[in-house]
Amino acid sequence: MSVRLTPEQIERYSRQIMIPDVGGKGQIRLRQGRVLIIGAGGLGSPAAFYLAAAGVGTLGLVDSDRVDLSNLQRQILHSTADLGREKVASAKDKLARLNPEVEILAFPVRLDEKNAADLIAGYDFIVDGSDNFATKFLVNDAAVALGKAFSHAGIVRLQGQTMTVIPGKGACYRCLFKDPPAPGEILNCQQAGILGAIAGTIGSIQATEAIKYLIGMEEELLVDRLLTYDATAMRFHTIEVRRDPRCGACGDNARGERKLRSMA
Amino acid sequence: MTVRVRVPTPLRKFTNGADEVNGQGGNVRALVEDLDRQFPGIKERICDETGKVRRFVNVYVNGDDIRFLQNLETSLKEGDAISIVPAIAGGA
Repeated sequence: MSVRLTPEQIERYSRQIMIPDVGGKGQIRLRQGRVLIIGAGGLGSPAAFYLAAAGVGTLGLVDSDRVDLSNLQRQILHSTADLGREKVASAKDKLARLNPEVEILAFPVRLDEKNAADLIAGYDFIVDGSDNFATKFLVNDAAVALGKAFSHAGIVRLQGQTMTVIPGKGACYRCLFKDPPAPGEILNCQQAGILGAIAGTIGSIQATEAIKYLIGMEEELLVDRLLTYDATAMRFHTIEVRRDPRCGACGDNARGERKLRSMA
Repeated sequence: MTVRVRVPTPLRKFTNGADEVNGQGGNVRALVEDLDRQFPGIKERICDETGKVRRFVNVYVNGDDIRFLQNLETSLKEGDAISIVPAIAGGA
């Protein structure tokens, strides 16, 4: 991979290269960056589009689902012609069309305790766009165990929340919520509904966090803060999150690796 | 002792849609009881059957998680801002 930008790349990315925080150096870092997106759905769609458009060198996509008609109201990676296709294949087509320079790796699997470490290990940053607590906690525990930065997010109806975790530098998702609720205890999008634009807003914030992380703006991320978006009242709030020394994933006495092994 | 309580979307069906309500109580436990008197059913969504705050719900007093204070015994003073923040599962 060339570490110099071609004239065409400079033109393509000119509007972000001219931002002092990005510059040519940031653009090269994006080009060398590797981001894994868990879920090619509501959150994963806008995140993947913006990361591909911004010129992130490698994008990995993990999703075992196929495109369903009820997805299209929000999962903008997919279109009507893709019904029945693997989501990661459909996503790869769209992203390659948008930016052929990006290497896109499609994993048509469901993230689980057995494959999580292998899938996550080769990436710089993880975008969690999964749709259930089990996966969200798994992403947290695996990323903490491997020391990988990631963006957590959840959305339902007209609300969303997101935080960024940099293991060793702040709180993890398990510091915020200790354990997943029992299945069915909290409604998901399938049960409660979701407005597509909410996924767009939160997924775009996740892409922004990934980009900022890759270009070295690590000190200015959503770390130790949970951003909540309430579109009913149209308000954003941030809540300070503290690292829990007794946390089961990142706490002083519960090393992440042990946690991950115990789940396998 | 009156405090302001920010109500998350899923609990607004109890508060007639209000995203912020006033409550009374010298500590968080008393506040939750007062909220349940004003908005019957809301307590059950915040606390489990043993009376503890549900594990996927966080309660903050002026931005501080009560788990790091004295949980439900955390004392309140006039004008405190309370936030109730449940975890959100969705993403696809």
